[in-house]
Amino acid sequence: MTWNGWAQIALVLAAILATAIPLARYIAAVAAGRVRFLAALERPIYAACGIDPARGMGWRGYTLAMLAANAAGFVLLYALLRLQGVLPLNPQGFDGIAPWLAFNTAVSFVTNTDWQAYSGESAMSNLSQMAGLSVQNFLSAATGIALALAVSRAFAAGKLQDLGNFWADFVRVTLYLLLPLSLVLGLAFVAMGMPQTLAANAEATTLEGATQVIPLGPAAFQIAIKHLGTNGGGFFGANSAHPFEGPSALATAAQIWAQQIIPFALALAFGRIVGDPRQGRALLGVMLVYVVAATALVYAAEAGGNPLHLAAGLDPTLGNMEGKEVRFGMALTALFTATTTGASCGAVNAMFDSFTPLGGLVPLFLIQLGEVLPGGVGSGLYGMLVFALLAVFIAGLMVGRTPEYLGKKVQAREIKLAMLAVLVLPAAILGFGAVSLALPAAVASIQDAGPHGLSEMLYAYSSAAGNNGSAFGGLTADTPWLNTTLGIAMLLGRFAYVVPVMAIAGSIAAKPKLAASAGTFPTHGPLFAGLLAGVILILGGLQFMPALALGPLAEHFALAAGKIF
Amino acid sequence: MDATPLAAPRRGTRTAAALADPALLRRAAQDALRKLNPRHLVRNPVIFTTEVVAILVTLLAARAFATGQPWPFQAGIALWLWLTVLFATFAEAVAEGRGRAQADALRRTRGETVAKLLLRPDDRALWQPRAAAELRVGDLVLVEAGDIVPADGEVAQGIASVNEAAVTGESAAVIRESGGDRSAVTGGTLVVSDWIVVRVTAAAGSSFLDRMIALVEGASRQKTPNEIALDILLAGMTIIFLIAVATLVGFAGWNGQAPSVAVLAALLVTLIPTTIGGLLSAIGIAGMDRLVRFNVLATSGRAVEAAGDVDVLLLDKTGTITLGNRQAAAFLPAPGVSEREVAEAAVLASLGDETPEGRSILALARDRHGIVPAELPHGAVVVPFTAQTRLSGLDLGADKLRKGAVDAVLALLAAPAPAGFRASVDGIARAGGTPLAVARNGVLLGAIELKDIVKDGMHARFEALRAMGIRTVMVTGDNRLTAAAIAAEAGVDDFIAEATPEQKLAYIRAAQAEGRLVAMAGDGTNDAPALAQADVGLAMQTGTQAAREAGNMVDLDSDPTKLIEVVEIGKQLLITRGALTTFSIANDVAKYFAILPAIFVASYPELGALNVMALASPESAILSAVIFNALIIVALVPLALRGVRYAPGGAAALLRRNLLVYGLGGLLAPFLGIKLIDLFLVLIGIA
Repeated sequence: MTWNGWAQIALVLAAILATAIPLARYIAAVAAGRVRFLAALERPIYAACGIDPARGMGWRGYTLAMLAANAAGFVLLYALLRLQGVLPLNPQGFDGIAPWLAFNTAVSFVTNTDWQAYSGESAMSNLSQMAGLSVQNFLSAATGIALALAVSRAFAAGKLQDLGNFWADFVRVTLYLLLPLSLVLGLAFVAMGMPQTLAANAEATTLEGATQVIPLGPAAFQIAIKHLGTNGGGFFGANSAHPFEGPSALATAAQIWAQQIIPFALALAFGRIVGDPRQGRALLGVMLVYVVAATALVYAAEAGGNPLHLAAGLDPTLGNMEGKEVRFGMALTALFTATTTGASCGAVNAMFDSFTPLGGLVPLFLIQLGEVLPGGVGSGLYGMLVFALLAVFIAGLMVGRTPEYLGKKVQAREIKLAMLAVLVLPAAILGFGAVSLALPAAVASIQDAGPHGLSEMLYAYSSAAGNNGSAFGGLTADTPWLNTTLGIAMLLGRFAYVVPVMAIAGSIAAKPKLAASAGTFPTHGPLFAGLLAGVILILGGLQFMPALALGPLAEHFALAAGKIF
Repeated sequence: MDATPLAAPRRGTRTAAALADPALLRRAAQDALRKLNPRHLVRNPVIFTTEVVAILVTLLAARAFATGQPWPFQAGIALWLWLTVLFATFAEAVAEGRGRAQADALRRTRGETVAKLLLRPDDRALWQPRAAAELRVGDLVLVEAGDIVPADGEVAQGIASVNEAAVTGESAAVIRESGGDRSAVTGGTLVVSDWIVVRVTAAAGSSFLDRMIALVEGASRQKTPNEIALDILLAGMTIIFLIAVATLVGFAGWNGQAPSVAVLAALLVTLIPTTIGGLLSAIGIAGMDRLVRFNVLATSGRAVEAAGDVDVLLLDKTGTITLGNRQAAAFLPAPGVSEREVAEAAVLASLGDETPEGRSILALARDRHGIVPAELPHGAVVVPFTAQTRLSGLDLGADKLRKGAVDAVLALLAAPAPAGFRASVDGIARAGGTPLAVARNGVLLGAIELKDIVKDGMHARFEALRAMGIRTVMVTGDNRLTAAAIAAEAGVDDFIAEATPEQKLAYIRAAQAEGRLVAMAGDGTNDAPALAQADVGLAMQTGTQAAREAGNMVDLDSDPTKLIEVVEIGKQLLITRGALTTFSIANDVAKYFAILPAIFVASYPELGALNVMALASPESAILSAVIFNALIIVALVPLALRGVRYAPGGAAALLRRNLLVYGLGGLLAPFLGIKLIDLFLVLIGIA
């Protein structure tokens, strides 16, 4: 580790925090319907779709509208992928996508996972990329943010009848937040050298005189929303490690900024929506501490190097450069890794498969902790609120009152629903993971033996269920078993989680908001932040320890003892 | 009012059955075995899971024994899993046993009573004997001196003094009469003098006492709202760890041997929150029991929990915040008169005055001026206080001494009162006191200041309540001026002056509309609506039946100040539950460090690096963790029954302290405990 490296990390994080504060204010204004500069666009949309933006929806109505929108998105995307061979804007002449892969991909982009069992430049037509994947990048992000706004409103006041209007939230978030940010960032990316063209390929003559075909495409704007919406699905198969997708250190830093800015700003916006900015800062504090700690762990593990290489006489100052973005060094790789997995983004600029075991454990564990650090756009905030409710409930009794969060009592119904939500990740990750390690059809996909092979499989289901979408590598994912079960894991991780969360919001909204007093459990200070961090680790992480012990930890200690598999 | 600090609630007249009482423990041990019945245990998901796992491991150990395979390790695990379940049921049985001891004491007060059932409401002479158990609601019974009141009821006619020691532990007799606020009688109490006709208000089996007995015994105990929520959390955690352990078969099978069922069972049981699962119902029963020992009976556990949530306390001024009677605080002489002259005249005027106010004048004169009052002089004539004259005094021959309401005394005077006197009298009223004028033979001497005396220590208590986030509101019939002065002196946050029952009700509704929970104490029939509206209504045992029905707690000592302690007991109950939950969950970290390396060291010897406690062998590590997990339940039973230490304070300070003790403590304690058990196993040669 170097001071220079840490300075880069600090600079990017400072930029994120500095911009999150005004953005949070803006998001709160959008949520309240106070931002109207595109009313000329907004009103016709409502008129055409028969939406009354002022009509509030209860949690059931809101959730059903969300599910309907997402189901429609899935059907359209699936059809588009299957039919891309006969549709226009297909300069490379790709065939339609096979059924299992189309199912997996459609689910993946609708759930904001962007797990890619295909390589974009060699499978997807420009129409699929632009009208299919890019559009879902916007809509899945807007869905997540709308849900987070609805959940936030539940805490804002007492005895609420409704959580807002899904369609209005959906339109406003897309129109006022995602589109303008993507536009600006996309233009910046073009300026940094990313391609944005409908041309198919560039042809180049290499030094040896051979002809090289370099795939191009409308990449820059898709990459902008890929990060801003914490989608993570790369235009190119190599994702941000591709020179066109990560052309410079500045572009890499901008991508890190983009995949953190909305989740962090949403935490602060939550504080504004509930009328107490300190509450948002406490949540942000927990997220930030984890991001910094995870970055430090990855950085330290990778800078420490591989003991076998060191024993062979490799320069110890090099660290473990295998799988890293060699142009920009280890610090930005470590920060990129911690933020992309903490934020459920899943874009990658390095190959986790090549990390040291501990360096690979960090992204895996961050996903398993529930994608709340800071989590995906929207999903990070509502996931964090589930943990906050559990933390308040467990420790809140210790101040001698029925636990309450922001004046809302946390009672049996909320706990039941929160536990249902919390059960989804271990059930999907450990359940599918354990079965797949015993099933010959699944085992065939695994590249490595020993604990590393276990990590590869465990990571795939963690990434899918956590709606992260990054790949550890070393796993042949385009098989019927994996395409199907990973697809199911993604659906569970998104919808089986959010439906109970919305039910909590409905129940919370209806409760009276109790006045705070000196006897109220304080949820804004460092004490609560520390408690929340501990609860995330214990309720979100402990159940994965046995599996992690058999994967990365076993590999780490074995490697330290000079043993490989 | 004693000035016991808030931190140490006064002990009621009942004492807890000692924890180590052998008879109680013997009975509890039997009950603990009876409670192993899965049909009973299924109410407790964590311990039920443990029992199922224990049965499974027992069967496996038996099979191993029968087939000649190594069995002692499995048998050891099975044994300790059974002990885990048994310790949990034992904890509940001990708590119930202590409750039962209370209930027995209550029940003894009833015995077999024969009632004198009146055949005609208006004829006391015509009655027939009827067993108390056969009385119905609405029956009229005659209770005469020496009779036991056969059932809960309301005095329909008559007046009698009743010894309620059986219920309250207080041996001084109290007056019970028809009408008014002292009309309720409780079954089991003894009429000492006179007679009353009682209208039965509760049939046998559903009387006040019956309900209380059922509650403290735990028989009709319903889970409280917080308990239900906690149960769900614990069940959810159990399922999560069930998934983690079950899937371990697949993960471990990938590269080596899947661990044996006994080992997986050990891992599961140590990870699921057995500590709090095993102690949860004991904590609830013990909380109820603490309240009973404090001579307060709650109609439900929900009420006890609500007490912990209270934000606003409504307290009556008289008798709760101030001493029941006003007392003389100063002598204020009229111009040209010495203070001693006023005091002497006041003493003489009060010689025949047996009221507490009169006594306090004598006490003040003795303390301030060393005037020791003589016996009533021979030939002196006492002029008693009447509502018409509004003054009293003494005639010593021609020497006429008078004291009383200022205008009443001024009307007697020959000359108008000097201006200075008016000013000092108005000053007294403004400060919340009551002035009495003193005159001798038609000459004004001065005034006596009577003051409401705030009980010792009340100011500090309100301070402590404020720190806990609880607002105190004084309720009084005084005018605003007086009320404000007393409120300021006592240090309450707010007051309701010239209070009517409607005003109280309105105040409670307004506070509740702001999202606050309100507690109040009351005894009169006109308090009943407010008692019912309040989230916690503490009715006085001496109060009316209507009040007792409306409240959700009854104070057998009829001491409204107890409301404060009731709140503390409620808080302590919740804190105990939260603290042990936190402790239980934090324990898991150490258990992983004990068991995971032990399980996997065969497949990956390098994972031995995780064995930070340096436990002797995989078997001893697993066994030590299981043993610790079982023993910690027993070790915490006294804490569960007694409740954690509670010092009133703000939520932030409480949380910091409890997180440190039970969170951090829960993290570290098992490392030490498991290591010690492991050392012991090595020592006795098991490992």
